[in-house]
Amino acid sequence: MSDDTTTAPSPPSEEGVRTAGFETPHEGVSDYVAERWRAVQAGELGSLPIILGLVVIVAVFGTLEDNFLTAQNFTNLLLQMAPIAFLSIGIIFILLIADGEVVTIDLSVAFVAGTGGTVLVLLQRPDDPGWPWWAAIIACLILTTVIGLVHALIITKLGVPSFVTTLAGFLVWSGVVLWLTLDFTDAGFVSIQDQTLIDISNKFFSDDWVGWVLALIVVGGYAVFQLNDVRSRRARGLGTRPMPIVLAQIAGVAVLLFAAVIVANRDRGIPLVTVILAVFLAFWTFVAAKTRFGRHIYAVGGSPEAARRAGISVDNIRIAVFMVNGFMAGVGGIVLVSRLRSTSSNIAGGNLLLEVIAAAVIGGVSLFGGSGRIVAAFYGALVITAIKNGMELMGLSSGFKFIITGIVLLLAVLIDSVSKRRRTMRGLA
Amino acid sequence: MTSDDGGGSPLLQCQGVSKSFGAVQAIYKVDFDVRAGEVMALVGDNGAGKSTLIKGIVGIYPFDEGEVYFDGAQVRIHGPKDAADLGIEVVYQDLALADNLDVVANMFLGREEISNGLVIDELAMEHRAQEVLESLSVTTLKSVRQVVAGLSGGQRQAVAVAKSIMWDSKLVILDEPTAALGVAQTRQVLDLVLRLAEQGFGVVIISHNLHDIFEVADRITVLRLGQRVAVFDKAATNQQEVVEAITAGDLAHVPGMEAAI
Ligand SMILES: Nc1ncnc2c1ncn2[C@@H]1O[C@H](COP(=O)(O)OP(=O)(O)OP(=O)(O)O)[C@@H](O)[C@H]1O
Ligand SMILES: [Mg+2]
Repeated sequence: MSDDTTTAPSPPSEEGVRTAGFETPHEGVSDYVAERWRAVQAGELGSLPIILGLVVIVAVFGTLEDNFLTAQNFTNLLLQMAPIAFLSIGIIFILLIADGEVVTIDLSVAFVAGTGGTVLVLLQRPDDPGWPWWAAIIACLILTTVIGLVHALIITKLGVPSFVTTLAGFLVWSGVVLWLTLDFTDAGFVSIQDQTLIDISNKFFSDDWVGWVLALIVVGGYAVFQLNDVRSRRARGLGTRPMPIVLAQIAGVAVLLFAAVIVANRDRGIPLVTVILAVFLAFWTFVAAKTRFGRHIYAVGGSPEAARRAGISVDNIRIAVFMVNGFMAGVGGIVLVSRLRSTSSNIAGGNLLLEVIAAAVIGGVSLFGGSGRIVAAFYGALVITAIKNGMELMGLSSGFKFIITGIVLLLAVLIDSVSKRRRTMRGLA
Repeated sequence: MTSDDGGGSPLLQCQGVSKSFGAVQAIYKVDFDVRAGEVMALVGDNGAGKSTLIKGIVGIYPFDEGEVYFDGAQVRIHGPKDAADLGIEVVYQDLALADNLDVVANMFLGREEISNGLVIDELAMEHRAQEVLESLSVTTLKSVRQVVAGLSGGQRQAVAVAKSIMWDSKLVILDEPTAALGVAQTRQVLDLVLRLAEQGFGVVIISHNLHDIFEVADRITVLRLGQRVAVFDKAATNQQEVVEAITAGDLAHVPGMEAAI
C-alpha cells in the first residue's frame, strides 16, 4: 500500500485480511444476488423497471405491428430519440437538485432549445450573415447557457421557485422563437444549407466496420474500467463485486452493443448522432459520478442543509446545474434543427417538453431529488420514443397516443414515489 | 490561564461570555471550560442557553462580550469554518447527513479526496472511513458503502461523530446525541462518547437525560436562565444536587433585567 494517501496510522493488515468490524461485502455470486434483491425490495430499483418496460414494449408492438422490429425502424428510433435524450440529460441535472419536497424543474427547456436552434439556423444562412457552422454552434451554445444562467439567478438570488421562473421562460422563449422565425424570415421557415450541420442528425456510418470499431472501443473501455476498479479495490483489501458478476456485466454490454451494430448495419448503419449522444452520456456520467461537482449536486439534492454545513455553496451548485441544463438545451436544439434540416415557427412545440421530462422520470430519475443516473436520459428517451413510434406505426389516433403516453408517465412517477417511500421507511425501521 | 480545580490546562475556556437577542439575554457572563480527554456535560432547562453557548463558541452567533481561549491562546471565531480550522466540531441534533449518499460520501462531504486532479479518490476515502469507524469500534455498520437512508438512528449518530473527528479535530460537541434513540442505541452512542474521551478528544455533551450524563460525564456544567449556576465533579455529586441546580441554582442580578424566577 505504498500509495496510501491517508495520514492516520493504519493497523498493519495483511493482503486480503480484513480488519475487524467490516465484513467483505458479497464476494460470492449468490450472496451478491441476494444482496441486490434485498436492495430492490427496499426500494433501490436501479434499472429494473426500465428493462421490464422495454421487454413489454418489444413484446406488445412486436406482435401487434410487423414493421416495429425491423432494422429500418431501429435506426429510425435512434434518430427520433436523439433530441429528447440530449435535452433529458440537462433535465436530469435539474431534477437531481430538487429541494426536499419541492421539485425543481425547467419548463422552458424545449423552447430554449428552439431558440438556440433557430439562432443557429439564422446565423448559418449563406447570404446573411453567413457564419461558418462552428461559429453558429458556439453562438447557440453560449446563448442557451446564458439563458440557463439568467433563469438560475432569478431562482437563487430572487427566490422565485423554478416552476414559476421557467413557466415564465416557457412563454418568453416560445415568443422569441415566433418572433425570430416570423419577423426575420418571409415564410416562418428557414432551411439549413450547411452540410456539416445537416450531417449532425442525418449522417450514418454506412461502412460496416465503423460500427464494429466503435462498439469495440466502448466495450473495451468499459471492460478496462470495470476490471481496473476490481483490481485496485482488491489491492486495498476493500470488498468488490464477485468476478463472475463483473464479467457477466461486461458480456451483457458487449452483446447488446454488438446486436445493435448488426441490426443497424442491415439498414443504413450507426447514426452519427447516436455516437455524439454516447460521447455526451459518457462525459456527463463522468462529471456526475466521479467529480466533486457531481458529488455536491447529489448532496444538494439529498439534503441542502447537510451540503450547506459541509461548506458547499448550494446556490453556486444550483446556478451551475441550470447552466449545464442550458448548455444541453443548446445541444438538443442543434440536434433538433439538424434533424428537421430547418427551423420554423412551430419548432420545439408540441409534446417535446413533456417527452423530455417523462424520459428522465421513466429512466429512473427521482422527482424528489438526489437520485438517478445520467444514462436514464438514454433509457427514458428510448422508451418514450419506442412507444410513440410503435403507436404511430399502428396508426393510432393522436388522442389515443396522448392517453397512453400519459399513463406511462404516471406509472413511472408512481414507481418513483413508492420506491422512495420504501427507501425512507427502511431508514426508520 | 489555569483552570479552577486541578487537571490539565483547559482545551477550551470561555470567560464571561454573554449573548443577547434583542431584549432577551440568552446567556450572561458564563464561564465554561473543557479539558482534553474529558467529557463535560452541559445541562439546563429548556431555554437555559445551552445551544446559544455552543453557537457562540463556533461563531454562528458570536458572543457580545467575554473571551474565548483555545489551546491556551485567545481566539476569535467568526464562523463554523474558523471553528473547524481550530479543531472544534459540532454534531447537531439533526445530524444533517445526506440520506441519498453512502457512509463514505457523507463522511467526506465537502472535503472529498481527489486523485489525478479531478477524480474523486473513492478507494482512499473508503479506506480511511473504515479506519476511523474501526478506531471508534463502530461494529454495527455492515458496509461503509451503505446508503445513509438505510441506517438506524444510532448508526447515523456514529457516522456523524466519526465524520466530526476525521479532520484533526480536538474538541467534539454533541447536541443531544441520544434524544431520539432507544435503549440499545443510546448505549452505543454513550460508549462512543467514552471512547472519544479515551482517545484524548475534549467532549462536550448536551443532554436532558441525567442518567446518561452520569454514565459518561467527568464534570457537569449547569446553566439556568442564561447563567452558569454550578460546575460539579461527577464523582462528588449526585443527580438530586444537579436537579436542584437546574431548577433553583443561585442567579446573579442581571443589570437591566427583571430578576426572573
Ligand atoms: N436566534 C434567536 N433569536 C432570538 N432568541 C433566541 C435565539 N436563539 C435563542 N434564543 C433565546 O435564547 C434563550 C436560550 O435559548 P437556547 O436555545 O440557547 O436554550 P437551550 O438551553 O438550548 O434550550 P433547549 O434545551 O430547549 O434546547 C431562549 O430564551 C431563546 O428563546
Ligand atoms: Mg438547545
